[in-house]
Amino acid sequence: MGYEPQVDFGTPEVRSDRRVSLTIDGRAVTVPAGTSIMRAAAESGGKIPSLCATDSVAAFGSCRMCLIEIDGRRGTPASCTTPAEEGMVVHTQTPRLEKLRRGVMELYISDHPLDCLTCSANNDCELQDTAAQVGLRDVRYGYEGANHLSLPADSSNPYFDFDASKCIACSRCVRACDEVQGTLALAMEGRGFASQISAGQANDDFLSSECVSCGACVQACPTATLQEKAVTQIGKPERAVVTTCAYCGVGCTFRAEMRGEQLVRMVPWKDGKANHGHSCVKGRFAWGYAQHEDRITSPMIRDSVDEPWREVSWDEALAYTAGRLNEIKARHGARALGGITSSRCTNEETFLVQKLVRAGFGSNNVDTCARVCHSPTGYGLKTTFGTSAGTQDFDSVDDADVILVIGANPTDAHPVFASRMKRRIRQGARLIVIDPRRIDLVRSPHIEAAYHLPLQPGTNVAVLTAMAHVIVTEGLADEAFVRERCDWDEYQDWARFVSDLGHSPEVLQAVTCVPAQTLREAARLYATGGNGGRASAQGRKSNGAIYYGLGVTEHSQGSSTVMAIANLAMATGNIGRRGVGVNPLRGQNNVQGACDMGSFPHELSGYRHISDDNARALFEKDWGVSLDSEPGLRIPNMLDAALDGSFRALYVQGEDILQSDPNTHHVAAGLKAMELVIVHDLFLNETASFAHVFLPGSTFLEKNGTFTNAERRIQMVRKVMEPANGMEDWQVTQALANAMGLGWSYTHPREIMDEVARLTPSFAGVSFARLDAEGSLQWPVNEANPSGSPIMHVDGFVRGRGKFVVTDYVPTDEKTGPRFPLLLTTGRILSQYNVGAQTRRTENVVWHEEDLLEMHPADAENRGLKQGDWARLASRTGETTLRVLVTDKVAPGVVYTTFHHPATQANVVTTEFSDWATNCPEYKVTAVQVMPSNGPTDWQESYASWSEKSRRIAVAAAE
Amino acid sequence: MDGARLHQMANQIARNFAIQGEAAAIAATAQHIRDFWDPRMKVAILAGDCSALDPIARAAIDRLRSGNAVLLA
Repeated sequence: MGYEPQVDFGTPEVRSDRRVSLTIDGRAVTVPAGTSIMRAAAESGGKIPSLCATDSVAAFGSCRMCLIEIDGRRGTPASCTTPAEEGMVVHTQTPRLEKLRRGVMELYISDHPLDCLTCSANNDCELQDTAAQVGLRDVRYGYEGANHLSLPADSSNPYFDFDASKCIACSRCVRACDEVQGTLALAMEGRGFASQISAGQANDDFLSSECVSCGACVQACPTATLQEKAVTQIGKPERAVVTTCAYCGVGCTFRAEMRGEQLVRMVPWKDGKANHGHSCVKGRFAWGYAQHEDRITSPMIRDSVDEPWREVSWDEALAYTAGRLNEIKARHGARALGGITSSRCTNEETFLVQKLVRAGFGSNNVDTCARVCHSPTGYGLKTTFGTSAGTQDFDSVDDADVILVIGANPTDAHPVFASRMKRRIRQGARLIVIDPRRIDLVRSPHIEAAYHLPLQPGTNVAVLTAMAHVIVTEGLADEAFVRERCDWDEYQDWARFVSDLGHSPEVLQAVTCVPAQTLREAARLYATGGNGGRASAQGRKSNGAIYYGLGVTEHSQGSSTVMAIANLAMATGNIGRRGVGVNPLRGQNNVQGACDMGSFPHELSGYRHISDDNARALFEKDWGVSLDSEPGLRIPNMLDAALDGSFRALYVQGEDILQSDPNTHHVAAGLKAMELVIVHDLFLNETASFAHVFLPGSTFLEKNGTFTNAERRIQMVRKVMEPANGMEDWQVTQALANAMGLGWSYTHPREIMDEVARLTPSFAGVSFARLDAEGSLQWPVNEANPSGSPIMHVDGFVRGRGKFVVTDYVPTDEKTGPRFPLLLTTGRILSQYNVGAQTRRTENVVWHEEDLLEMHPADAENRGLKQGDWARLASRTGETTLRVLVTDKVAPGVVYTTFHHPATQANVVTTEFSDWATNCPEYKVTAVQVMPSNGPTDWQESYASWSEKSRRIAVAAAE
Repeated sequence: MDGARLHQMANQIARNFAIQGEAAAIAATAQHIRDFWDPRMKVAILAGDCSALDPIARAAIDRLRSGNAVLLA
């Protein structure tokens, strides 16, 4: 693909069953009723000049450029605001229109700098294009009058500039902020000639305003007024390659716009079915880490973690690693070896790592970071519905009437989907938030939750059981749906259980701290859409959709909570169509894919248990090896087994378990006990401090493959530059396998996907050729679902009948008491991602340079703590220090922090308690005490010095 | 493997199944351990002293012992 911007149809697409036919400049056009004449013209290959219109926002009609004439009608209406009608005859170019447009353009240009040749938007500017289209040749008014040419530029945002002198006051940025992003940070200030774009309040610049730097305004700007700094520095791109973002589980697709091998900018792809042309600050802007000076590009080895690293050739590194793996295997058996696949790498890379462990190492000790995030989703949804898959695509939210968000903070963690959700809420959908914190969705501009249930951390099951109690005892269950789709006996057992008076909101309020009346009203709203269960005006039952995140899974009852959610959805008939469902919001870009690819120790790809003889035989035949039929170790088990000496060697691809996993001291002890730790990553991460081999990795810009997002959508990742380390990650894994004597011969990731498809029924119809042709596919893609599966369980549950599971509230063993009276819960924020390895190496640090401890004013005052004070955060497991942010977003008794920075090491404090079914750590509940402090703890200081020491690289001897 | 940790895990599984009634909970707990635990974890808990386990967890381990001679070999 060369570089051309994507076609802009001027106004958004309209959905309608009725179609209208008209004539535009002699061309016959048929469009859905309600489509603008501007869009109808564009769809039929025309381009009516315009400035204030763009198809990501509603028509505005302010620029007066897109005027048209219609036979039989008077005047010259704007084509953007005039709907196409049956039989219309439209003319877009007449002498009268030419004169009007030229006159308007003349006024625009009389107050615009004429520095086109040196302007950053030169040849990529809609004002320039439109001036050319209307044939402007002269400005009769001169340039001496009052103008805006000396207005100052605002360069406060690290990624883009705002140059008010080039603004044409079209309001596209304001509308993009309102309609696309939903933050409403921008406004048009003043009137007439004094009109100016303003970010935030009068004293704000872009950085200090509530702008979230999503870049929608930059993308919408028709001039150089809002421009990426990178474009200013580098110039106009020469080509564009469509690829998939490597940050969160939304899976936005982008056009990587390039000059040579230099990335100029990431522009969200309008045809991307996950993001529809929108993005967040991370995906659009935070890609500078790929070229960061900390990036390691040569393999390194060392015999002991006390020694400095030695840079070696790939051959030496691979021979050393393979030799040590084989030797440990010979001494201690295959089960002493294992690996961790990455949720940030591609499906193909992940598949190869688990294949290396199962077929090469000869054990099933393979796990992935989903262990510490969504493993309970796998267990819970498989038990109740028959598959761990989330049930909907993202577009489904457009049909939701009630949205229930529990244990998720989409505006920070899944921002692009949050914008979709907010748009639906602005259209009238009702919102219920169940979260200990008053997250932004609870109340922000033009968004207000109907109910916020600020529960005590650790009581999800109790809250959901109380909601079920209300739904069943008040007769709000959809028994017809249950009888038709689910096991009726199991439903009755469950209904009896939840109906028990002990499970009423009034009784459970003592545990959950949620006012019973609020909970009752929220339950009624979810079950009925607020209209008593009657069909809506559209003649259908109301749609209730549940969205959840790690606030559900990362608990000792994570799996139970997932099943309790599934029970609620089944009991209310909210499964199997658009607008409803159970939607796990996956954390990392390819956490869904990592799970699909057989990264769990008990499962082969496609979620088939390792003890399933038929499934195993399929792989054994294809791979020419015999596989262990016993499940392997999960990550926490690996660390335990390392301490007793039965687990000795670990290959970690693209994960930083020392920073991300709970109880840092325990993780460190486990890693230290291993004979061989191989870290395959972009940077010397925290885990690498305990590694013996470092294999440099490649970024998503440097490789081919696929990611699978939270809606099971498989999308292409395309290489736009050569890997700085010389190899794509799948090539590194293959080279290691071959050094161990496995004789692999993949020449391209497409061959790995072919193998996945051959061995995995739910991927049977997936291939790179189809992905190239169709853009994306949602699994299952097979004979029964040849085009993929946007919505699951449409005609019945995957397991046959939906299974109600009685979920008893079992309190966590982590208790508050006099020594540790507060509950700590952890999470993330918009500008940083996971352990921050990528985002900390970008300008995103301007928004979040350190982890802060959020604390209620009452708790802070009791302890004599003020905003910005250092505080010691201690649990039964460990302690750290960080600065305090006093806020009433958290309830009294609850504190909150993020885990993006290694200097804080929030996981020194978190415990080893975990989900009963999956060992997913209980990050969200830790009993802590907070006290004033003078600065970093001894641990932090000794860790900092250890971490610096363990990162030394020996200087090569002079030749 | 750390016996105390394995006991804690087994008890936690049993407590979450307990609501299903004793017989079903014992079967489910045994099956869960069979499906999700690595062999060395199974061996360690089966070979150890389980008298301090909660009754359902203890019965589940007894059931695994009788059905899983191979694992202990």
